[in-house]
Amino acid sequence: MSNVLLVRDLKVEFRVAEGTVKAVDGVSFRVPEGKTVALVGESGSGKSVISQAIMSILPRTAHITKGEIIFFDPMKPGNFYDIAKLKPDSREMRSIRGGRITIIFQEPMTSLSPLHTIGNQISEALHLHHRKTKEEGLELTRDMLRLVGFPNPEEAVHSYPFELSGGLRQRAMIAMAMICHPALLIADEPTTALDVTIQAQILDLMQSLQKRLKMAILLITHDLGVVASMADEVVVMYHGKVMEQGALEDIFKDPRHPYLKALLKAVPRFHMKEGERLTPIREIMRDRNSRFLEQANPRGAIGKEEKPILEVSKLTKTFETRKGTFFGSGKKQTVTAVDQVSFFIKTGECLGLVGESGCGKTTLSKMIMRAISATDGSIAYNDRGRDLDVLSLEGQDLFDYRNKVQFIFQDPFSSLNPRMTVFDIISEPLVIHNIGTQREREETVKELMNLVGLDVRFLRRYPHSFSGGQRQRIGIARALALKPDLLICDEPVSALDVSIQAQILNLLKDLQKELGLTYLFISHNLAVVDYIADRIAVMCQGRLVETAPRDELFRNPVHPYTKRLLAAVPEPDPNYRLDFSHLVSEKASNPGLWPHPFTVDQDRSPVMMDIGEGHFVRVEEGTSISELQAS
Amino acid sequence: MIPTLLVISILTFVIIQLPPGDYLSNQLQELKAQGESASAVAKIAFYREQYSLDKPMIEQYAIWMGFWPGPNGFSGLLQGDWGHSFAYDLPVSEVLGDRMLLSFVVNFSTVIFIYLVAFPIGVYSATRQYSIGDYGFTLIGYLGLATPNFLLAMVLLYYFNVYFGISIGGLMDEEYIDQPWSMDKIMSVLDHMIIPVIVIGTSGTAAMIRRLRANLLDELQKQYVTTAKAKGVPRIRALVKYPIRMSLNPFIADIGNLLPDVISGSVIVSAVLSLPTAGPMLLEALRNQDQYLAGSFLMFLALLTVIGMFISDLLLAALDPRIRLSGGATK
Repeated sequence: MSNVLLVRDLKVEFRVAEGTVKAVDGVSFRVPEGKTVALVGESGSGKSVISQAIMSILPRTAHITKGEIIFFDPMKPGNFYDIAKLKPDSREMRSIRGGRITIIFQEPMTSLSPLHTIGNQISEALHLHHRKTKEEGLELTRDMLRLVGFPNPEEAVHSYPFELSGGLRQRAMIAMAMICHPALLIADEPTTALDVTIQAQILDLMQSLQKRLKMAILLITHDLGVVASMADEVVVMYHGKVMEQGALEDIFKDPRHPYLKALLKAVPRFHMKEGERLTPIREIMRDRNSRFLEQANPRGAIGKEEKPILEVSKLTKTFETRKGTFFGSGKKQTVTAVDQVSFFIKTGECLGLVGESGCGKTTLSKMIMRAISATDGSIAYNDRGRDLDVLSLEGQDLFDYRNKVQFIFQDPFSSLNPRMTVFDIISEPLVIHNIGTQREREETVKELMNLVGLDVRFLRRYPHSFSGGQRQRIGIARALALKPDLLICDEPVSALDVSIQAQILNLLKDLQKELGLTYLFISHNLAVVDYIADRIAVMCQGRLVETAPRDELFRNPVHPYTKRLLAAVPEPDPNYRLDFSHLVSEKASNPGLWPHPFTVDQDRSPVMMDIGEGHFVRVEEGTSISELQAS
Repeated sequence: MIPTLLVISILTFVIIQLPPGDYLSNQLQELKAQGESASAVAKIAFYREQYSLDKPMIEQYAIWMGFWPGPNGFSGLLQGDWGHSFAYDLPVSEVLGDRMLLSFVVNFSTVIFIYLVAFPIGVYSATRQYSIGDYGFTLIGYLGLATPNFLLAMVLLYYFNVYFGISIGGLMDEEYIDQPWSMDKIMSVLDHMIIPVIVIGTSGTAAMIRRLRANLLDELQKQYVTTAKAKGVPRIRALVKYPIRMSLNPFIADIGNLLPDVISGSVIVSAVLSLPTAGPMLLEALRNQDQYLAGSFLMFLALLTVIGMFISDLLLAALDPRIRLSGGATK
């Protein structure tokens, strides 16, 4: 089989004020016609720089110093171009870029211009490379939008990106990349910013388009699950160099290079043995004799009789929005973000809350924090035997409650104030709550740093000098400063690299054991939740649909939404490739289209029903358990 | 818009009234000191009644606005009566008329000048960041910001007169003053406007260049610019269609801010260049407490500003679908 792209001994350097940085150092690989090659590596491994070099859109400070990027156009057999030698602005390069080689980016939110319609942006790519009239262009754009699965292409042509969901924007991006029928599609982390279910749809779409249009895909990702489901060949990169490359089966079955082996061990996956620990690529060195542990006052072990630490019942939150027109705002619309949610968290356990973005997980956690008000319902907090009605707390009581419940944020970059030193950040909760003297605070902060495995010498530094994983550890130390009993972790690892994920997950696990903490762990990644949680609650469109102990949920998922969520997670194992035929597109996240007895619409509002072993499912009242097992 | 103007009118009136005394009582004192005849004193008393200066402040305000019947019935701003200027002994509208037009022309040209100069330079500076050209324009821009306007005015006056023979001072040649408008008169006005426009515009231009450069630099980093490049859009077209379009927003939002800036900034320059615009007159009116002249004048400025804001809001909505289509939401 002939190649579309051949990269030979490529070297790219960044010339910055501090000197030269070798971003890509002697990389060679090929992309065969009609096949998918995956380029795998952590952030900073140089994989995105390679994609930019192929598109010839490198930043101004970057230079190709050596090597060739040879592109064989299947439309013109016998011809080839060395992209490394072509001028970025030359006519030839412009016709290749966007016409024969196209790219889709990670961030569907920012990669489309907010001021132009989808139709305008997609047809622009077409008009640049083919002579077409405006009408033909519009017609082709509509066809393309239909092909990538837009429900209503006629209207979509005139819609603006901010009116679309993340999944639809990424589809628009794909349509833009596909409209010229390229020979090679570069997908730079195409699904990293998307939910698992949407990810599965997008991957499915890419595969079917690949078959139909006979193009090659260069897939750049750090997600080994995606690689296992998509790729034919794999290239593993680390620090600008290729560590290992080969066919998919060989790479996964028989990893040779220590880096690849370590990477495979660091990824949380299903089918893990009970009690098996992830092995991070770089282990955190922690001082286990931190005095913080001695001072800590862990809550006693879970007694059967004790009431749950947190009990949420019928919690509801509605928002009012107005859709604007050119002349002022229009009618009010009420959106129910959280709809009569009830659950409890037992002392010392970790409850995983799973759902797609926009399902209300974060709104729910903010209500528990009292960061936003609830419309209806109640939250009871069991403060070591003393019952608190969280929603009615005022003044000093509310202030004290904040001691007990703390929050770890998703984004380690924006959740730390860039103008405060690490010491100020971690000691701020102590200052606000007026705990200890200045000297005692200093001691506590140092011990917290030890606890999360950071060097106390870093205390005078500012957040920008830390990596994402280190920042997240600072965030954890800050959350622990007040010795809380309940920690709410809102997607704490989803902004981090796989190798760092394992570090943070292990740290959270250890801290839970050592400090007797209770977690509410929010995530959209089922594999992560599977690793850390004891019980799992699945949420969809503001409602809980199923809660069960972890094993039970994975062994015997009952609700169609849960089943679909499980099916959509790509596993880092070529033997469990995603079965795209099972993914019924939009149906499973629309409560109105769930089959009987799960249907939720105006007339039917099912309730949570106990089906044994702590397993609850939202079904219509009066449904028998046997009926559920059969379905 | 209307509530805003109402609040502005109250503030204006109160502030003008704050200093003790008024034009007429000052005048009266002066006349008494000179031992003037009783007829002048009677005339002042007549004015005092005619323009209800003897009434309490709230009533004066209401009469001035036209909410309340004065000695001549309802006749205030709302009815189009701008009041009477004591210093000139003429209706305000007559005093202001021509000057207002001229100052509008000068200021409008200045705004256009600012946009015309700032836009290409800003774009150039942003796309060639840290080049010699960028540094050069930055330097000139800072000079423009730092040089006092009146100084620049004098310097330019001298050189324009010496090298181009353009006569100095005023907004038109002597022979056209108080003449009806004609083609020659317009040409003469245009001739005379070059210096004031440059002088008044420099600081605004410098500020605008910096703002546009910063905006555009931000936008150039954005992902969608890379997307456009990756589509194969030629450089210039990609630049004009995406980032420049995006960075227009603050540019337009500035229209409202620019107007009052330009008008107040031009007062000193107008005084130096002895331009027959409204600026110096405002200064004088405020100094000798010619309250109706000053009040109407300030109201007119406020109106201009509010209208400028309104226009820029409309333009923004037309330009940016996000502003047009996304309404407010309550938390």
